[in-house]
Amino acid sequence: MKSFTYERARQPAEAAAAAARTQGAKFIAGGTNLLDLMKLEIETPTHLIDVNGLAFDKIEPTPDGGLRIGALVRNTDLAADARVRRDYAVLSRALLAGASGQLRNKATTAGNLLQRTRCPYFYDTNQPCNKRQPGSGCSAIGGINRQQAVVGASDACIATHPSDMAVAMRALDATVETVRPDGGARQIPIAEFHRLPGDTPNVETALDPGELITAVTLPPPLGGKHLYYKVRDRASYAFALISVGAIVQPDGSGRVALGGVASKPWRIEAAEAELPRGAEAVTAKLLADAKPTSQNDFKLPLVKRTLAAVLAEARG
Amino acid sequence: MPNSRDPDVFRRDLLVSAAASAAVMTAPSLAGAQQAGSAVPAMKVSFTVNGKTRDLQVDTRTTLLDALRESLHLVGTKKGCDHGQCGACTVIVDGRRINSCLTLAVMHQGGSITTVEGLGTPDKLHPMQAAFVKHDGYQCGYCTPGQICSAVAVLGEIEAGIPSHVSTDLNVKPQATAAEFRERMSGNICRCGAYSNIVEAITEVAGRKA
Repeated sequence: MKSFTYERARQPAEAAAAAARTQGAKFIAGGTNLLDLMKLEIETPTHLIDVNGLAFDKIEPTPDGGLRIGALVRNTDLAADARVRRDYAVLSRALLAGASGQLRNKATTAGNLLQRTRCPYFYDTNQPCNKRQPGSGCSAIGGINRQQAVVGASDACIATHPSDMAVAMRALDATVETVRPDGGARQIPIAEFHRLPGDTPNVETALDPGELITAVTLPPPLGGKHLYYKVRDRASYAFALISVGAIVQPDGSGRVALGGVASKPWRIEAAEAELPRGAEAVTAKLLADAKPTSQNDFKLPLVKRTLAAVLAEARG
Repeated sequence: MPNSRDPDVFRRDLLVSAAASAAVMTAPSLAGAQQAGSAVPAMKVSFTVNGKTRDLQVDTRTTLLDALRESLHLVGTKKGCDHGQCGACTVIVDGRRINSCLTLAVMHQGGSITTVEGLGTPDKLHPMQAAFVKHDGYQCGYCTPGQICSAVAVLGEIEAGIPSHVSTDLNVKPQATAAEFRERMSGNICRCGAYSNIVEAITEVAGRKA
């Protein structure tokens, strides 16, 4: 690990300003992904700003009847919150499907959104990777890519976003709240938060340098049945091959977001109009532009079958 | 004669026996390789370990795991993968189990840490330690301190009503079942495969508590 200086942030805008003006600075909260990457020298910050002392650890009702989740709320606490379990069960289910108990106790809401891909070539510093080292090439294209993206990828990168939580946040249409280095606040719809790789896969989110996430807000409860199905190589503690987060209303309408298929939670609102016609019709629209590899083309039928199982359970 | 428990001396001995270079010897590091002569950011941090206040001066890179093992000589907590994948380093911090390899010592100013040494002693085992012995919940024993810290915290999490992936109804208090233990212990890997006996040990302690 490269050496770094360390400070504890006392005030959000100050922390954002310090991050923007300090070359090589990074925020640290749970640290479960950042320290992993620092040990491998994939992340090499020269200064860490510990934001754990900022008072972003509460879940509070919003005036319009939604919930405001502080950026530092731990994954365990978010999944266990009685309001989330009752009104946003897709979010509890997604969180509980991810990581281990130890990691969920540390990992934060904001950090979960910001975690990096688990593409093996991103992790292997001996191999080219455009995300880790822009311009060096993509080893996953033509390499071992069973886990990688089937839709929204580019010639530069086929990595997936590993988060389960973000898939549920996308189904719920959450909003990411930030504070900027100039002290101003910004709201970013979750749909616009994560980026497709294009030719700059190293740029993963809509955040500007120094911009600090303060909260994620959920709209008022949507009702319906909330389901999150995750298919993985082990029964527990493994990243998704694919996952389906869904909110299905009694009349058969609803929302569907996918994990494990793209560099961001994958949701196409127009595909949801097909819900009354069943999983095959929805999947056909969701993955119309899919370009799988010979190793991961199993993800297309797997999405269809998993969505069919989700819809069958929703119908009860 | 220097105290053989001194961490720098201890490390130096290891490094000498491993034919380490003189440059490394002059700048022993708890946190991995570094350049000799470069300024290494160090910080003071103070936290409680097993009820005792400990004051340390550490390289900022020092993980909580390395601080416990190398600085405080609490070697019950084990380093397995050092990347949060195996759970051997599990300790209980401020009442919660975490991977001590994926957190920095300096992030725990004022914190309260319990390691396996703080749960019980050879003369007075924690019920979970006694149950692991009784049910043969280990072979080589390397993952055992992490398994035990994790298992103690798991029973607390179930008691607190925290749901898991296998909890069928999110709005009903989870039960202390074998299925729940298996899911909740999935962050603790046992290369010897003592899993079924570990589940039996936890089941016995859960029953005793009920």
